[in-house]
Amino acid sequence: MIQDLVVYAVYIGYALAVLMGFGTILTWVERKQAAVMSDRIGANRAYIRIPFTQVKLIWLGLFHGIADGIKMLLKEDWKPRSYDWYAYAVAPWVVFTPVLLVFAVIPFGGILNPAKLLQGIPAAAAWFGDRTYPMQIARLDAGLLIVFAFGGMSIIGAMLAGWSSANKFSMLGALRAGSQMISYELIMGLTVLGLILIYGTVDLTTIVQQQSSTLLGFLPAWGIFLQPFAATLFLAAAIAENKRIPFDLPEAESELIAGFYTEYSAMKMGLFMFAEFIEIAIVAALFTTLFLGGYNLPFMTDDGFVFRGDLVLPMSHGAVVVTQLVVFLAKVLLIASFQILIRWSLPRFRYDQVLMFAWKFMLPLTLVNLTVTAVLAWSNQG
Amino acid sequence: MNKKPYQRKVYWNAPTLTWWERAYLFEILRGLGITGGVFLRNMWKWMTFRKGALTTYYPEETRADYAQNNRGKHVLTQRPDGRPQCIACNMCATVCPAQVIEIDAAFDPDDAAHPKYPSRFEIDYSRCIFCGLCVEACPEDAIRMVKEVPELPSADREHMWLKLDELLQWKPQSDVAKPYPAKGAASVGPASAGLGKSTGHKPPEGGTTATRAKGAAA
Repeated sequence: MIQDLVVYAVYIGYALAVLMGFGTILTWVERKQAAVMSDRIGANRAYIRIPFTQVKLIWLGLFHGIADGIKMLLKEDWKPRSYDWYAYAVAPWVVFTPVLLVFAVIPFGGILNPAKLLQGIPAAAAWFGDRTYPMQIARLDAGLLIVFAFGGMSIIGAMLAGWSSANKFSMLGALRAGSQMISYELIMGLTVLGLILIYGTVDLTTIVQQQSSTLLGFLPAWGIFLQPFAATLFLAAAIAENKRIPFDLPEAESELIAGFYTEYSAMKMGLFMFAEFIEIAIVAALFTTLFLGGYNLPFMTDDGFVFRGDLVLPMSHGAVVVTQLVVFLAKVLLIASFQILIRWSLPRFRYDQVLMFAWKFMLPLTLVNLTVTAVLAWSNQG
Repeated sequence: MNKKPYQRKVYWNAPTLTWWERAYLFEILRGLGITGGVFLRNMWKWMTFRKGALTTYYPEETRADYAQNNRGKHVLTQRPDGRPQCIACNMCATVCPAQVIEIDAAFDPDDAAHPKYPSRFEIDYSRCIFCGLCVEACPEDAIRMVKEVPELPSADREHMWLKLDELLQWKPQSDVAKPYPAKGAASVGPASAGLGKSTGHKPPEGGTTATRAKGAAA
């Protein structure tokens, strides 16, 4: 029992570290990538001076994130004279917390066997015995449903923030956020339905394990090859759900100042921004898990590489665990970077276009995709 | 009840999309290809230790390719002996729309031709608008603007004054467009210096000006 506690404490610590790390790093990635994409250098003036020396550490502007954080913590926490101060104070947390909770069901590695990992320390290995743990905070058989349940909660936060700010712009932003996020959540759910049909489960670990087989003898059986349409639509809907350009209508600064968080200042506003950046990582993690083979490299399972069914390249347990952790982070970073590429390439939609795009363009496509998938799955079963 | 349903206004320049463009995805992918290509190109340059940006690290780095007629900073022209040609008449300070030029005049009994000279000539670059009116107002061609920019960046405005020592840093010999002193002007003597200078903008005619001045004197 204590062993479980230890392992899951480590998992939770790791997950928090990864999410906070991504939230901080992605602000830097966003700045730098935007700069490189437009022939600029990017933020590179914040530095840390080693005490008592003149040595200034710049490190490509990595410390701008720290400077941002310090600024937000030290700024005056200005509050509007709102008629609902409780909702006003609670709204950032309602946005921020579900984003963190979603990560609980996302597997960031395969099955961990602590005894095998700690072979060098016999006492510890004996203490763990033959217990195994999936590298995932909560292995629930309703994994994907939990993702959508928590994903839907951040709408409440946005609506609360807009409603309690006593500001027209906030209100408009909240209305936009509400209608947009509900529309795109529907599409996100429908795109994933096709995958559920194929994999026959909503347990994310099982979905990942199914993706390590091969397709037609040479392709890794990734979701993106099984459901290319769904992958594209899912990514588009997920970006819309995250309210980033080209779908950042709820906070369109040229129309609504800052949308639903106009009246927020200091770290409360920082929480909204932080939630947005963490959600980039969450969307990337979800996309990785559902469509890109999760934590596994192509043809890789928990025991090592398996090529063409018979050629097996076994790996030690430690090597597998490290590879899986690194591969998962690398894939997430890659997809996050792709989202930032989209954010700095596409112009913002008009508001009516956003909803038209959802209901008249993407919804029919997802339904067609779902129908075709259902028919194919049924005939294969046949 | 016979109210017409709302119809969106059709604009004269409403874009007509082909079905290819209507499908969004392909055009979006094309756009992503362009921006992603620029990103990869620049990234490759950075990774091979070259500069993948058009930006210069100002102030550590300044551009060498300023235009010839860039009004970067002021210089004071000098007499052959190195003293400023300025006669402290205050015309530039008067005409200056930003009122940033400050001149203290002093008396020099040794130079009979130019007894008045600036003991202090300072320009506040935090307020200067680089209009060049001081250059146009100067009757002595004593102040000019060159394309180089001064070392401006500073934490406070007190350090953004250009003083006499820096204004006199200019090396006239290196200015090909406007050589100074004008050819032949030095040999004529102080009396006709003004005349020689006024045509001194065209170097080949400098000699003829001097001869004409001599002829006029004869």
